[in-house]
Amino acid sequence: MNKCGERLYNGIIKENPTFVMMLGMCPTLAVTTSAINGIGMGLSTAVVLVLSNMLISMLRKIIPDSVRIPAFIVVVASFVTIVQFLMEGFVPSLYSALGLYIPLIVVNCIILGRAESYASKNPVLPSIFDGLGMGLGFTFGLTCIGIVRELIGAGKVFGIQIMPESYEPITIFILAPGAFIVLAVLVAARNQIMDSMEKKGKKVTRPQGGCAEGGCASCGGCGSAAKDPDKE
Amino acid sequence: MNEQFNISASPHIRAKDSTGSIMMWVIIALLPTTLFGIWNFRDQNAWILVVVTVAAAVLTEFIYEKLMHKKVTISDFSAAVTGLLLALNLPPSAPWWMGVLGSVFAILVVKQLFGGLGQNFMNPALAARCFLLISFTGRMTSFTYDGITGATPLATMRADGSIANVDTMNMFIGQIPGTIGETSTIAIMIGAIILLLKGIIDLRIPGTYLVTFVIFITIFGGHGFDWQFITAHLCGGGIMLGAWFMATDYVTSPITKKGQIIYGILLGVLTGLFRLFGGSAEGVSYAIIISNILVPLIEKVTLPKPFGKGGEK
Repeated sequence: MNKCGERLYNGIIKENPTFVMMLGMCPTLAVTTSAINGIGMGLSTAVVLVLSNMLISMLRKIIPDSVRIPAFIVVVASFVTIVQFLMEGFVPSLYSALGLYIPLIVVNCIILGRAESYASKNPVLPSIFDGLGMGLGFTFGLTCIGIVRELIGAGKVFGIQIMPESYEPITIFILAPGAFIVLAVLVAARNQIMDSMEKKGKKVTRPQGGCAEGGCASCGGCGSAAKDPDKE
Repeated sequence: MNEQFNISASPHIRAKDSTGSIMMWVIIALLPTTLFGIWNFRDQNAWILVVVTVAAAVLTEFIYEKLMHKKVTISDFSAAVTGLLLALNLPPSAPWWMGVLGSVFAILVVKQLFGGLGQNFMNPALAARCFLLISFTGRMTSFTYDGITGATPLATMRADGSIANVDTMNMFIGQIPGTIGETSTIAIMIGAIILLLKGIIDLRIPGTYLVTFVIFITIFGGHGFDWQFITAHLCGGGIMLGAWFMATDYVTSPITKKGQIIYGILLGVLTGLFRLFGGSAEGVSYAIIISNILVPLIEKVTLPKPFGKGGEK
């Protein structure tokens, strides 16, 4: 059980997909125009992530190595289709708000990344918790961005008016440029908090090496990321 | 900033120019158009907006550099120039908090977060203008002149498809609705001549910009070579202010001579495209910041080869 807790901590804090690993940027930037969209997108991704991690972990000894990526995609796509139909049936407003980005969960690199780097190598229970941790970390990231953008760009949080009537919303924050600005500021804030915690002597677990050292869990140490892009 | 260049051994010819003195001359050159704008829009108290915007820009730079324990660089006037240029790009009816918000965005996000003066990737004043334009489209495009809220001459021309309802002489002098600093072509030209005589800018960027723009609207404007039409386009909107004061910003324009020509042509074509075929009547600020982003590429292509390197073998 300890390992399961470690996977949760890893997904939500240490290797948070949004703020640390910078994965799944396309839905992160596109759908976080409001907090509710962020939470909806995050949770639907989390559901798919848990289920696909579970199934892929079960099938890890059956799937041949040479066709593993197509096999993963078939599994992920099936779950995404289920989630899509459920959302269309039960939360049609969220379904229409997220639009194209629900089917695009299939190619979300967090899901494929976890399948490749964790679920296909580990037993079922830790894989489920790995998916849960990553999914909740993603939800947390998206909700944070959504709250900030909705607050500044529309004066509301979860659709409830927070700012006084005289506040004039800065519309750019619910448009594309605002997503980049808010994401960058939140990542900077997270790094600042981590740095100051480290200075105070608290032990801060960092992801083992960046991609530059080829040790990042999701890139699996392929070595290609370690190349200097300036050298031709 | 000044210290970065004093690194090699003697002997050297030392010019007296510094960032501070150049920025001071830019402010002096901006004074005619600033004063004209303040006088022109005196009924809307434009001076308050100008003062508040400049003060907010300088204060933001000061506070940020104090908090980050950096050297405080407000004495080189670059923040004041940014604030002033931003104020000149705001409509006189804009509320004071919009000036403050724009200044904070210009200095904090566009300039300081990227490393301060010399590191900003696009013109801070124009980036802030576009930030405000996207956020508060209604306020940024409502122009009042002499108590009457009306369209700018450019918008009138666009709506009519002809130049029948605009007075080119008024546009040249500046008695038209518009942002605080863009209305008077003659005041901007006085400032531009000061900068040209002091050698702070040269004709390469603004010259190619304006010539390309004139050629573009002659070909695609639908009026052929019509002097009235061309003059109205040159005197209306922000093209004069943009060409002489903002496209020539040292940080965000190419350093190579060939690059400056390419940059000018790019600006002219983009401005023409936005004005003639774009969604709104004005497009100078977007043209300039898009070209700003392309500057590193332009410099990479036009970098001259050192003597003895490259060439045919």
